[in-house]
Amino acid sequence: MSAVTGDMAAAPPRANRALRQLLAAFNTNKTSWVGLATFAVVVAIAILAPVLATHDPIEQNILEKLKGPSAEFILGTDGFGRDIWSRLVYGARLSLWIGGVSILIAMVVGSLIGMVAGYFGGRLDIAIMQVMDVLLSFPSLILGLMVVAMMGPSVGNLIFAIALTAIPPFARIARAPTVSVKERDYIEACRALGYSHPRIMAVHILPNIFPEILVMGSLWLATAIRVEASLSFIGLGVRPPTPTWGGMIREGFENILDTWWLSMAPSVAILVVVFALNMIGDGLRDFVDPKLKGERGG
Amino acid sequence: MTQAAPLLQVEGLRKFFTVKRGFPNPRTVTVRALDGVDFGVREGEAFGLVGESGCGKSTAGRALLRLIEPDEGRVRFRDTDVLALDRQALRALRRKIQIVFQDPYASLNPKRLVGKALAEPMRVHGLAEGRALAERVRALLDEVGLPPEAAERYPHEFSGGQRQRIGIARALSVEPELVVADEPVSALDVSIQAQVLLLLRGLQDKRGLSYLFVSHDLGVVRWFCQGVAVMYLGRIVERGPLPQMFDEPLHPYTQTLRAASPVPDPRARVTMVRIEGEVPSASAPPPGCHFHPRCPHATERCRVEYPAWKEMGQGRGVACHLYDR
Repeated sequence: MSAVTGDMAAAPPRANRALRQLLAAFNTNKTSWVGLATFAVVVAIAILAPVLATHDPIEQNILEKLKGPSAEFILGTDGFGRDIWSRLVYGARLSLWIGGVSILIAMVVGSLIGMVAGYFGGRLDIAIMQVMDVLLSFPSLILGLMVVAMMGPSVGNLIFAIALTAIPPFARIARAPTVSVKERDYIEACRALGYSHPRIMAVHILPNIFPEILVMGSLWLATAIRVEASLSFIGLGVRPPTPTWGGMIREGFENILDTWWLSMAPSVAILVVVFALNMIGDGLRDFVDPKLKGERGG
Repeated sequence: MTQAAPLLQVEGLRKFFTVKRGFPNPRTVTVRALDGVDFGVREGEAFGLVGESGCGKSTAGRALLRLIEPDEGRVRFRDTDVLALDRQALRALRRKIQIVFQDPYASLNPKRLVGKALAEPMRVHGLAEGRALAERVRALLDEVGLPPEAAERYPHEFSGGQRQRIGIARALSVEPELVVADEPVSALDVSIQAQVLLLLRGLQDKRGLSYLFVSHDLGVVRWFCQGVAVMYLGRIVERGPLPQMFDEPLHPYTQTLRAASPVPDPRARVTMVRIEGEVPSASAPPPGCHFHPRCPHATERCRVEYPAWKEMGQGRGVACHLYDR
């Protein structure tokens, strides 16, 4: 594998330039590789949940309740005798799905809003960003809480709530570089060539601001997973018995002094994922920051 | 000579920018970037627009392209009233008038392959598709003196001069009749300047291109252009054909400009006329003739009255009280 990347680095600079810069940024920031590997393992576990799970995650078995870790139940069982490991593995699916989809929605919608505001400027810009600032002034957990409390807990509503809280930061992060990029001569050249506004934004501005958005995406994915867990913890998440990490922490919390492993397993899982995503984000940020600024020096 | 209908005719072009300055009590300041500018570019001609930094020459180039919307004035391109066009018609006009920028590092999208950057205008305007498109990209690169492989590369892999060639090729891709060249060689090394100027001159002959050549370099303008207008603080002070106008400048400002540009002959004896003082701000131009604070011939009248435009024959004209009789 490393031989392949070595060859690519030696090849004449072409289409894979961005990739090489990314590799360089990750190499100077080795923890990014750790983060990426860890996250890849978590994603693999989530995908392979049916294979990795040793028991049915929602089947209750009262005879085996609150067992400690053992050969049969790797991480023990909860108050209903359900296997923690199996629930953790299936919970990863839901946590990643809710976090991933909501951040994807927030990324698309937020970037679009921010780009339109920055590109057209003027009153439209002021109006849009005022609305974003109002949304931004709510802590994401509070806003998510309000939405779920009003609309009821379900996977769809959770995704909507988390996406809503994440749209304003994406709008902000997309708007700032748009404002600076649109002043550059090549955007003026686009206008002189008669390109339409959507084309200029999609083809000429978006690729130049995308790295910033991507960094934000990796960091906010961590936040989304946390928010989802928090909402589940206070009982506004996906309804039981569907396993989610936040819900598992809450279930285990009742007996935390006697059976600490119930809450510990999902807590550690969340910790690991959030850490991993932040490590990736650090590497991505290095990729975005110095390289683009050095562009002019050529 | 002047009888031939010009390709481009600009009349009374005006653009004021308003900016708020000062804290905590902001004042609205009006910057008179263009204050009634008239000039014309004939078919096949390179017309120079000369002046110091901030005199509004670049604004003029952008205003006639409607990259900046002018406040007032008329711009006629052939039989088209440019300032009256709606969006559709303006798009069609974009094919006819193109622009080449000063800074070759800022004028190309760093994330876009050169080949794509050149193909995009043709695709947008429906000029070519598929294989024919690739063929035209290759022809464009060849025309500006770049190898076909350049299409597969990114702008950052090229030098300033090569980038400027790419910028020129992009402007040519839609087959314009007039190119606004906004200081196209000012950012380049002197040795590269000559190459790019020769390229532009060659295109003028081969394609019958006309140029509006915005520059502060009198030497370059003298070599490249057939006519020139000198701007000072948003107004044209003198206009005429080249080289006559630089040989015998009428306006004191043109005289000082010419005296300030070096003569490539070590034995030539020149008396350097010093221009006194800074360029006054375009937001607060001096009353009367804008040039009077720096003019060696300034009279009482120059301090109160802006000189009217006077035609001096042979296509020349000047705005100066010295030529009133």
